Amino acid sequence: MFDGNQELRPQYALFYQRLKEVGWKKLQTLQYSTDRAQLSLGMTFNVYSDNQGIERILHLDVIPRIISGKDWDLVERGLKQRITALNLFIHDLYHEQKILKDKILPGELVLSSATYLEQCKGLHPPEDVWIHITGTDIIRGGDGVFHVLEDNLRCPSGVSYMLENREILKRTFPELFQKLSVRTVYDYTHNLRDMLESLSSASPVNIAVLTPGIYNSAYFEHAYLAQQMGAELVEGRDLVVRDDIVFMVTTKGLQRVDVIYRRVDDDFLDPLEFRKDSVLGTPGLFNAYKKGNVVLANAPGTGVADDKAVYAYVPRIIKYYLNEDIILPNVETYICDEEDHRQYVIENIGKLVVKQTDASGGYGMLIGPKSTKAEQEEFVRRIKENPRNYIAQPTINLSRVPTLTEKGIEGRHVDLRPYILYGKELKIIPGALTRVALTKGSLVVNSSQGGGSKDTWVLND
Amino acid sequence: MIRLFDMLSRVADAIYWMNRYLERAENYARFLDVNFNLSLELPPDIATQWRPLVVTTGDWKLYESLHGAVEKNSVIFFLGFDEQNPNSIFSSLRNARENARAVRPDITREVWEQINHLYYLVKDETRKKTWQKKDPRRFFGEIKKGCQLLYGIFDATISRTDGWHFGKIGQLIERADKTSRVLDVKYHMLLPSPEEVGSPLDLTQWAALLKSVSAFDMYRKRFGKLVPSNIAEFLMFDRVFPRSMLRCLNHAEQSLYTITGNTTGYSNSAERQLGLVKAQLEYADINEIFISGLHEYLDNFQLQLNQVSAAIYHTFFSIENLKTPQP
Repeated sequence: MFDGNQELRPQYALFYQRLKEVGWKKLQTLQYSTDRAQLSLGMTFNVYSDNQGIERILHLDVIPRIISGKDWDLVERGLKQRITALNLFIHDLYHEQKILKDKILPGELVLSSATYLEQCKGLHPPEDVWIHITGTDIIRGGDGVFHVLEDNLRCPSGVSYMLENREILKRTFPELFQKLSVRTVYDYTHNLRDMLESLSSASPVNIAVLTPGIYNSAYFEHAYLAQQMGAELVEGRDLVVRDDIVFMVTTKGLQRVDVIYRRVDDDFLDPLEFRKDSVLGTPGLFNAYKKGNVVLANAPGTGVADDKAVYAYVPRIIKYYLNEDIILPNVETYICDEEDHRQYVIENIGKLVVKQTDASGGYGMLIGPKSTKAEQEEFVRRIKENPRNYIAQPTINLSRVPTLTEKGIEGRHVDLRPYILYGKELKIIPGALTRVALTKGSLVVNSSQGGGSKDTWVLND
Repeated sequence: MIRLFDMLSRVADAIYWMNRYLERAENYARFLDVNFNLSLELPPDIATQWRPLVVTTGDWKLYESLHGAVEKNSVIFFLGFDEQNPNSIFSSLRNARENARAVRPDITREVWEQINHLYYLVKDETRKKTWQKKDPRRFFGEIKKGCQLLYGIFDATISRTDGWHFGKIGQLIERADKTSRVLDVKYHMLLPSPEEVGSPLDLTQWAALLKSVSAFDMYRKRFGKLVPSNIAEFLMFDRVFPRSMLRCLNHAEQSLYTITGNTTGYSNSAERQLGLVKAQLEYADINEIFISGLHEYLDNFQLQLNQVSAAIYHTFFSIENLKTPQP
């Protein structure tokens, strides 16, 4: 809300005024009804480690995060550039591998990634688009510059929270929406449906959302998106493959499925092709996909560009395919597989954030400044044992935004996850999920690790 | 290909059970409410009978193993709040919600929010230990009203697709089952002596029984005087009372026919089983049943309903029944 000189950022001016009018008591009441609204909407998720299956809500802070139109333009341009280049990169990796032949990045590093799928070589998804649905994690450093932190090319979650948070905040601060001219995110699910339909020539197009089931932590979102799009919500066991065609099992027999927005990981999609012990997938699904009889969004195999070691090369990837300089810079990244970097990481581990290259969700990471000596030694040992699996980044002082706490309004660290749709064209929804670290001073915003969320208002200015 | 009313088998199954569980929760709330009321009307020297209530639900053995002796608060806990009783109001609403969650895209937001509301209601009251309250009837009332509100929302917002009809069948089969069980309560309710048949106490029990299925007012309109054989006839065979066993099955059959497109006879085992039970009710004679034993008749009826439910499962929900699509 305030910039480095404690000056009110202009996009917050009206909101700040409203905040003062509302008063502390009323604000707490608003926060309380926000919690109730989330419960009644069933916006709950199960925490993985809880075998009790305890349902939690993702805490929604009533104070929105506001982004000026000017800032947003930059984010938008940066994301378009980045997603376009990453898609070309994935396509290249599964075809000629020109980028490896030209030695822009080490082939070994890419091809050794567990997420590189040999089975996808030579495949042509519709329009050669592989990453249909993405949500890029962006942070703003102390310098006020936006950096991309993670690319999340494997159907990241959270968009339902972006949409429902907005619905709730519209009830909380109705008058501000008109005054401030907040850009709408309402049409996301229409755009999503249109994009998915555009991937198939069937008429009408039968779309299904594939979920691991009601115990998945993102089930609320899967059901929500299916319902909002008017698509069928299916589990692996609802599908059968006959003659390389995918069908749903209905009360009146089998019905063909044309496009699957799948929220099941590559590994679990098809026990005949990937993990044999998967009960979430459907036998024969991958073959049907390979034959072009069904579209999978996102395409299998995109995780390779999501690898945290590959991330470090994105500036070069953009330069290579688009001949442009990167608009939204990366966070400086040390690749433990490269010897000089590794040495630096080991010597400075207390200052760095170390991440496992194939993990996500805030798991498998070490935050140097907040870690114990023993934890640091453990990570040094792991890095030496398997350097390919680790990268490190400087600890970035994430920007803070005002957040309602028990002690009043205080700054909390946030990140920003906008959502991008890519079919025949690339669309960025003017809004985002802002994740907030609720604990004072904490830098971890993941919902699985005590993070909350905020509605994100992108203004027309 | 135009999508008509077909739906995922798993979804149809879940909608069927969602409705059964909701109906179950509502019925249990009513049973408890009426029995509690009854306890207030009885002369002070007659103990309220909580055992028959548990026996009727079919979970007597479980009750005994969990709670031992029959005691008012324990019975209210067991039927209302006990997570270990798979049929308690708590368990039923939790199961209804789990099923609703699985079919979230096939129901409306309003339906989902109301089911969710009911679940949090019972959770909240469990935390408050409502079964220990002097008068827990406010809770039973809220459950009843909450379920009835839900039926209204269902009727007013859900398209009459196969899903709606599967839900209807689930609700009606459950309702027929529960009406038959309520009627059976009288068999288990003890009178101090055989001479008490027809006494004020006997009539109070019959009246309570009618109230348990919200049938008192409609019965009065139909028969006026409280006569046991008339009461049994009303709850079993009345053609217009929405909770009578026959009427429930009539409507369940209509929904089944709507799903299959059949009009008479049977085209699958679900239709056949349901048709059989219904026909037996249609041609039964109440006096004969009283002679051969009402309890035995009702017991058998409940078993047959289980067979209907199994036949529906095999006909529509089970994955073995895959058909290849028409070219």
